[in-house]
Amino acid sequence: MLEIRNLRATAGDTEILKGIDLTVNAGEVHAVMGPNGSGKSTLAQVLAGHPAYEVTSGSVRYRGQDLLDLEPEERAQAGLFLAFQYPVEIPGVSNAYFLRAAYNEIRKAKGLEEVDSMDFLDLLEEKLKVVEWEPEIMSRAVNSGFSGGEKKRNEILQMAVLDPTLAILDETDSGLDIDALRIVAAGVNKLRRPDNAIIVVTHYQRLLNYIIPDFVHVLSGGRIVKSGGKELALELEARGYEWLEDAVGATP
Amino acid sequence: MTQPFVQEFEAQDGTGTAEGSKWLEPVRRAAMERFARTGFPSARDEEWRFTPIAPIAQGTWRPAAGGSGQVTQGDLSPFQFGHADWATVVFLNGVHVEALSSAGRLPAGVRAVGLGEALRADAGLLERHLTRHAPLDGSPFTALNTAFLREGGVVHVGANIDLAAPIHLLFVTTPESAGTVAHPRNLIVVERGARASIVESYVTLAPGESYWTNPVTEVAVGAGAWVEHTRIQRESERAYHVGLTHVDQQRDSHYRAFSLAMGGAVARHNLHVRLNDENIETLMYGLYLTRGDQVTDSHTAIYHDQPNCRSWEVYKGILDGRSRGVFNGKVFVKPEAQKTNAKQTNRNLLLSDLARVDTKPQLEIFADDVKCTHGATVGRLDEVARFYARSRGLPAAAADRLLTYAFAAEVVDEVALVPVRQELDRLVLERLGGL
Repeated sequence: MLEIRNLRATAGDTEILKGIDLTVNAGEVHAVMGPNGSGKSTLAQVLAGHPAYEVTSGSVRYRGQDLLDLEPEERAQAGLFLAFQYPVEIPGVSNAYFLRAAYNEIRKAKGLEEVDSMDFLDLLEEKLKVVEWEPEIMSRAVNSGFSGGEKKRNEILQMAVLDPTLAILDETDSGLDIDALRIVAAGVNKLRRPDNAIIVVTHYQRLLNYIIPDFVHVLSGGRIVKSGGKELALELEARGYEWLEDAVGATP
Repeated sequence: MTQPFVQEFEAQDGTGTAEGSKWLEPVRRAAMERFARTGFPSARDEEWRFTPIAPIAQGTWRPAAGGSGQVTQGDLSPFQFGHADWATVVFLNGVHVEALSSAGRLPAGVRAVGLGEALRADAGLLERHLTRHAPLDGSPFTALNTAFLREGGVVHVGANIDLAAPIHLLFVTTPESAGTVAHPRNLIVVERGARASIVESYVTLAPGESYWTNPVTEVAVGAGAWVEHTRIQRESERAYHVGLTHVDQQRDSHYRAFSLAMGGAVARHNLHVRLNDENIETLMYGLYLTRGDQVTDSHTAIYHDQPNCRSWEVYKGILDGRSRGVFNGKVFVKPEAQKTNAKQTNRNLLLSDLARVDTKPQLEIFADDVKCTHGATVGRLDEVARFYARSRGLPAAAADRLLTYAFAAEVVDEVALVPVRQELDRLVLERLGGL
């Protein structure tokens, strides 16, 4: 589904990704872990097409397409979804309006008819259950005045509605209390299917107790320095990241 | 520059006032003399530095003379929020048209009429209020308006009346307005304990014409009264509009203003609110949307003369093309106005490289136990927000429209009157080319 080869990216004059290789197949959950500043959020944002980063070399194939050739909205329309670490507040636009606009753009791109607000409400009713939410949240402005937990839950709700083929969760566990973490993780698990894939970007192993990954990759200094199974996450939890950085001699 | 106005004034002398309003003549004459003495503001006048009024001052303007009677109710419906049933006082090219106006279902004790009728029927009320609120020395434009005071709307809501439906003062121009000036003079008096929504609209059926509207509206808000005042300025984009709203508030009253400015080649609106007693609340919201070569200037002044009052102001601008926006927000807090809570915000969104904004907060605070803040921003759409919307599948142009709409919606949402809020919403969307 996703094939990243020797991906390098810069923000301004600073190179952050220094040659990433990663393959993700349908049905898999990959965890990308790493210390602060390792480049893991940059990787997530580069894959979604964040304009602040420039890809300087390498390639990303996504379902047979050159992902880097697509605009952010084209990536979304092709089934890629990024759950933001810091979801953006949009005062003045209701959550329902925003999500329906997004849903309809993605339907249009698939050659499907747009849905009206009544039909969309029916769909929403189902999807709200994924994150154990009441419909009232939909009349509030997008993320506006939401608590940290509500914002993350809203990201997973968007994921549930937009039904992506490849979802990237960027630090979705940060700022969550244990109850919110449980709800968000359970929501993600309900969305796991053999025909989609999820990349979980996280600093801590905590989230991976709930969303069990098939593969764990450790990013340090803009490179993947170690890959393994889910037990690697536990080892990181016990030993920290330093031993890996020392082992590969990566510059911070 | 002032000579044509003086000649016009002398020609009309004594013909403009109804019986029982003899007191008005000396006021008008004093106003004329004042204008003759000062003339139009010069570019060196700090108050007018950013308002390019030369086309007004150097122009030749005939007095607006009403319409020819070809305008029908149907022509007005786009300006009526889907509510032709509201009490509506209609003016065509500055002249009150009884046939197009409707009294609605106003309860006893409420009046919404033309100025001429009010001068005849409510002489006492008018003598107490008309020209008593907006100071003549405030601006040459106010003096000129007072000198030619003849037409306008008068709203009177008696004590403790809760007005269920709004009252609409609707000023419409037609192609016959070309080259003319109108000086509408409105008076809104909401007595103690009453509650009312007033809409004041300046709209056009002649979007290509050049004319000049010079309105002054005086508002008296009685003790404990609640007033929502929505001002909609959608003049022709070749027209000139220089308006003043002056509000006097009494104890325990609540006044909320919303001002939309979309029209005019050059459009200026001054909103002055004086808080004359304690425990008063004042909300001032504004939205200006400009494009092409339009210039829109919003000047607000709030006078905290007494303690324990709260004012809250948010003006937003969305500027496209080579248009220019001006915002000047004055907050005066007198030494005795302790415990004043005043917040002022002006935010501007530039949609083009050539648009520009001059924004100036002006706080003069002479009391020490107060909470006064202000903030102004001028900028572009937030890149992260754009990326967020696009990452959900919205094409770049649609994301921009959505975020621009959201920027405006934050103030439009403050309009309490639902049909008016929906119409403002629709106007913003229409200007942005839909979502």
